[in-house]
Amino acid sequence: MSPFIRIAITFICSIIVFTTSAQRNDMAEVKGGTYIPLYGVDSTTVDVQSFKMDVYPVTNREYLNFVKENPQWQRSRIKRLFSDGSYLSDWEGDLSYGEKLKPNAPVTSISWFAAKNYCELQGKRLPTVDEWEYAAMADQTTADARRKESYNQQILDWYEALKTFKKEIGSTFKNYWGIYDLHGLVWEWTLDFNSVLISGESRKDVDKDSNLFCGSAAVGATDLMNYAAFMRYALRGSLKANYTMRNLGFRCVAPLENINENHSK
Amino acid sequence: MKINTTKKLVLRSTQLAGVASLLFSCAEKEKKVYASTAEIPAIREMTAELTSPPHVPTPVGKRKAKKLIVDMEILELESEMTNGVRYVYWTFGGTVPGSFIRTRVGDEVEFRLKNHPDNKLPHNIDLHAVTGPGGGAESSFVAPGREKVFSFKTLNPGLYVYHCATAPVGMHIANGMYGLILVEPEGGLPRVDKEYYIMQGDFYTKGANGERGLQPFDMQKAVNEHADYVVFNGSVGALTGDNAITANVGETVRLFVGNGGPNLVSSFHVIGEIFDKVYVEGGDLINENIQTTLIPAGGAAIVEFKVDVPGTLILVDHSIFRAFNKGALGMLKVEGEENKKIYSGELREGIYLPEGPGIQTMPSTDETPESEIPAKTMAEKMEFGKATFMQTCFACHLGEGQGIPEAFPPLQIRII
Repeated sequence: MSPFIRIAITFICSIIVFTTSAQRNDMAEVKGGTYIPLYGVDSTTVDVQSFKMDVYPVTNREYLNFVKENPQWQRSRIKRLFSDGSYLSDWEGDLSYGEKLKPNAPVTSISWFAAKNYCELQGKRLPTVDEWEYAAMADQTTADARRKESYNQQILDWYEALKTFKKEIGSTFKNYWGIYDLHGLVWEWTLDFNSVLISGESRKDVDKDSNLFCGSAAVGATDLMNYAAFMRYALRGSLKANYTMRNLGFRCVAPLENINENHSK
Repeated sequence: MKINTTKKLVLRSTQLAGVASLLFSCAEKEKKVYASTAEIPAIREMTAELTSPPHVPTPVGKRKAKKLIVDMEILELESEMTNGVRYVYWTFGGTVPGSFIRTRVGDEVEFRLKNHPDNKLPHNIDLHAVTGPGGGAESSFVAPGREKVFSFKTLNPGLYVYHCATAPVGMHIANGMYGLILVEPEGGLPRVDKEYYIMQGDFYTKGANGERGLQPFDMQKAVNEHADYVVFNGSVGALTGDNAITANVGETVRLFVGNGGPNLVSSFHVIGEIFDKVYVEGGDLINENIQTTLIPAGGAAIVEFKVDVPGTLILVDHSIFRAFNKGALGMLKVEGEENKKIYSGELREGIYLPEGPGIQTMPSTDETPESEIPAKTMAEKMEFGKATFMQTCFACHLGEGQGIPEAFPPLQIRII
């Protein structure tokens, strides 16, 4: 092997190693773009900047490490303002999730405050509704699979499947961006989950916002797409920041620029 | 702690009510007349008795209007649609239809809606008996693991549907989120011997009718209104065989019949009976001598009839393919003395045979669905055969193929 090739290989390897470490515990890049959300502001398309998203939701094991390092988020110590009393209610104790929960299952029964702080302490943040919805439009092969009937039916099927919070991360499919479990495991917190107001009287909500049915007069995949999204928005609308749910976990995102900066350092 | 105190309070108040009624039984004869039902005072607190179908709670009788506590838990659960077919139901109180709520006019109902922590979705409740925005839906929107409380006064007597109204509304209803709430008039409905609770609903499954395994909800079929199952009380066979409702000859039977939909209107009929009375659409209007009564989706009716002769009465949606092919069939077994004057029993032909066995097709398609892999072992053959029998033959010819005398012939082969 000529010294030139050897140098080249070393160089390439070092680049690979460097890039992997810069990816910060398994994050995947989601290339920005525009999309029309279910509840569009002024029925305009929304621009989503490129960002990096955790490949998996945060697990029990990861969250245990977090509460060890940040005792203020342990079950008995959390400020009452930040939790409704059911925070980590299935855990065995402050520093143990017990035998019943799998270390690799998504952590649930987490309030928005706790999820937000978890991400911040890692230099990340919670995804916005738009970022989350944008990343979750993808199936295995396409960035926007929302018009595929089979994809929507799959999501609807999951919404009906019982007790999926007990499954381990990575047990669903890897999507176009390389992200797992956006559908099929647990609901996920978003930074601005309550920015879309659902009054609870969903039929009235429909009247309020005629955009909801724009372009979906035809029966078909569009309707299914709206139905699946409706359910997510309905869920978000039923939450407050101190609520927790056995079926609600979270993952974090980071802007692309930060990572690029790190890269140049 | 809280529960204990409430229980004690309820106990004490019943005792007090008992003493008070003894003391003032004479004074009570002067009946107060209120300008509107909204002004009827609700005194004392009481926890409502909730029952699962086909049962109904004790009649209100002569009791005064009260503050009535209704504790309702929402459960998402997997159960059987018909032999070998599973379905994930969303329920009020663990059953489809949901628990029966019995109130009287003037009651102040404190409704406590609890969404079980294992549930995936937020839910709410719209009771058609409520006067107010959304029928309570707006105030009862509740996330899993939480409880919402709201209250309303029952102003209009009648039989009303309640249902979930969370987006997507159609899907929540299609999965079984409906039930009945009865508001009795002052003094209660006239006394009858037997009361039952029946509710029709249409279901939409990914697989065709009878396809085995866990069947997910099919949104497209629901939008197209192509029901795979139309059933009474949530599943095929919920009111047949051992689950049949019963009465004795000479008794008056009252059925509280609702229709949850989401799509289909019911032509409710009892084969072998005439309704003496129908409270049309569950309201004040009473129609008499009715054969079939129409029950709209999201509506109800009270039907009453006296059973005069023994036998099995068949409850159907008289849109008859729904009854014999999709499951909308129930049974009321009447026991007692024959009365040859009313019904001779001498005719050899069936009294009501809407379609001969020759017309009825077996539920099969040209292509073999994945779950229809042919049986390999004898045990499998027996099991699959039983499922087919339960699905196609059982409704008329009953579990042992014995049939119903004078209506559906027995299936046994006689060896000469």
